[in-house]
Amino acid sequence: MSDLTLPMVRRRPLDPPDELGELRRQAPVHRLTFADGHLGWLVTGYAAARAVLADPRFSNRPEGMHPPLPGRMELAKREGFRVPPGMFLRTDPPEHTRYRRLLTGQFTVRRMKTLEPRIAEITEEHLDAMEAAGPPADLVEAFALPIPSLVICELLGVPYEDRTRFQEDARVLFNLETKAEDALAAVGSTMAYLHDLIQRKREKPDDDLLSGLIEGGELTDEELTGVGFLLLIAGHETTANMLGLGTYALLTNPAQLAALRDDPSIAETAVEELLRYLTIIHLGPLRCAVEDVEIEGVLVRAGETVAISLPAANRDPERFPGGDTLDVTRPATGHLTFGHGIHQCLGQQLARAEMRIAYPALLRRFPGLRLAVTPEEVPMRSDMSIYGVHRLPVTW
Amino acid sequence: MEIKADTTVCIGAGMCALTAPELFDQSEDEGTVLVLRREVPAEQEDAVRRAVNLCPSGAISAT
Repeated sequence: MSDLTLPMVRRRPLDPPDELGELRRQAPVHRLTFADGHLGWLVTGYAAARAVLADPRFSNRPEGMHPPLPGRMELAKREGFRVPPGMFLRTDPPEHTRYRRLLTGQFTVRRMKTLEPRIAEITEEHLDAMEAAGPPADLVEAFALPIPSLVICELLGVPYEDRTRFQEDARVLFNLETKAEDALAAVGSTMAYLHDLIQRKREKPDDDLLSGLIEGGELTDEELTGVGFLLLIAGHETTANMLGLGTYALLTNPAQLAALRDDPSIAETAVEELLRYLTIIHLGPLRCAVEDVEIEGVLVRAGETVAISLPAANRDPERFPGGDTLDVTRPATGHLTFGHGIHQCLGQQLARAEMRIAYPALLRRFPGLRLAVTPEEVPMRSDMSIYGVHRLPVTW
Repeated sequence: MEIKADTTVCIGAGMCALTAPELFDQSEDEGTVLVLRREVPAEQEDAVRRAVNLCPSGAISAT
């Protein structure tokens, strides 16, 4: 009935696979054959993507979800597998609501504003270190990864010295080639670390998010471990890849870089546009219909899995005219990079604050920043579930 | 134009507070929507429409 499988191959590093745009031009929703043979759907249109993400008749629980790509998604199909308690992203209300409510107060716009001076300080420290070491540098290692990593560690109360362990686990976990056993081992390793940390915090609480949750007394140690895992891993890989890939995008679009460097007051707008244009959540999200739902004239049957292509939706010309072009002055809010509906990114206001501070600071410090290799030589994260650059050699 | 908000639906994403900070804030404990001013001044109507459109959970409306 359908021979369409999820298009994966990019012709140009900053553009999603051409087939996705082609599909979107034909229709917003298409039949898609999943890796296990399941016949589900692929959404490429903006309005349809938003509709699915906002609709409570679609579940985000992994049970009954079919994987679009072979690999670690098979995990959920294993007998006895369950989402560890506290990993609330893959739950539905009312379970989801309970966890999220305990956390939303910690990530408000106002709360993130109070973190800005510390984020700026961390940013400047890393720029100082880069400057002192002199060019060239790998911007991922020197800037893009450590800044969000340090920020989320301080916020949660996770010792930054222990980062090698969970950063390595995150790399394994986000690699599309990782076997189910290895993904489970990586989850287990960071979970064990966090479980241990929570015991120590229970005895000796500090002024941080995890200690606050412990003192709140509403979560078991297992739940706290799951919540901590989700926040720690999500807080790392996302902003880090936006900073790395965003800088690559600016360096390969010099007029856009100059616009932001010469007028840092557009940072807020530029950040939204980079989020939209780059859409580093390049595979999924997935949803499973729990009852029959009509989306843009297409009847999705109960039990069918829907894969939503956020990169395709975010370039839908009906919502973002000329969306295949990076334009840091474009009003790009409303993009779906943080998702939509009840699972929309909890840490989005933190991510915004980090990017609003870090990009202009980088360009202010190194106005002549440029790639130290050709654009083609930069290794792209096509093999990872969150897109970005593996390394970004720069000089100034 | 008048704002209505449903804190039982709100997921505390903060898009309203980001988009129209003069009219929306978030509660300290749960991060859910706080309407600072129910009646919308004419010059804020566009911002409120944007905020309503951006709200991921459909917790706010304006009529």
